Amino acid sequence: MGSFLLTAAGLVLAMAALGLVRILHGPRDADRMIAAQLIGTCGVAILLLLAAATEATPITDVALILALLAAFVSVAFVRGAAGSSAPGQADHDR
Amino acid sequence: MTRALDLLTIAGVSAGCFFFVAGTVGLLRFPDALTRMHALTKADNLGLGLIVLGLLPQAAGLGHALKLVAIWLFAQISSAVASQLIAGAVLRNRSAIWP
Repeated sequence: MGSFLLTAAGLVLAMAALGLVRILHGPRDADRMIAAQLIGTCGVAILLLLAAATEATPITDVALILALLAAFVSVAFVRGAAGSSAPGQADHDR
Repeated sequence: MTRALDLLTIAGVSAGCFFFVAGTVGLLRFPDALTRMHALTKADNLGLGLIVLGLLPQAAGLGHALKLVAIWLFAQISSAVASQLIAGAVLRNRSAIWP
């Protein structure tokens, strides 16, 4: 069972790596942010699979922290990058 | 009994991996930001949910299983909020949709 779960983790890791292609090509900041969201979700899945494969249950807590940080990344993006690209409207919408 | 639980794990994790592949293909192939987000948020959260469902039989105990489900629920809520925020930013700045 452990090797199957490790294989699944490798497949999800490959999907996260493919998400980097979207970060490279863009074309806009929002597309890169969506790809970063993909990597966050993939990271949580990889950590959960690793925790089950190696029977190291504390890794589950790392997955919880990663899910929490992935949520803050999007909030920081919307407050920062998206606001600065539309300076006239950003202050109004906040 | 163990064999049946292992089969449940294999089925759940395999289905979850399929949805992760589908989400990444959508992210790479769809034409603009909103459709990419549409592909990603649905497929990825379903994939994570199926992986969590598959890992539940392998959980160390009831507390660990509840923690897995809590992580999935948290990922659902945070993904919904983040998608709304990013989509709002995209719509405010229309040029962010079409390159």
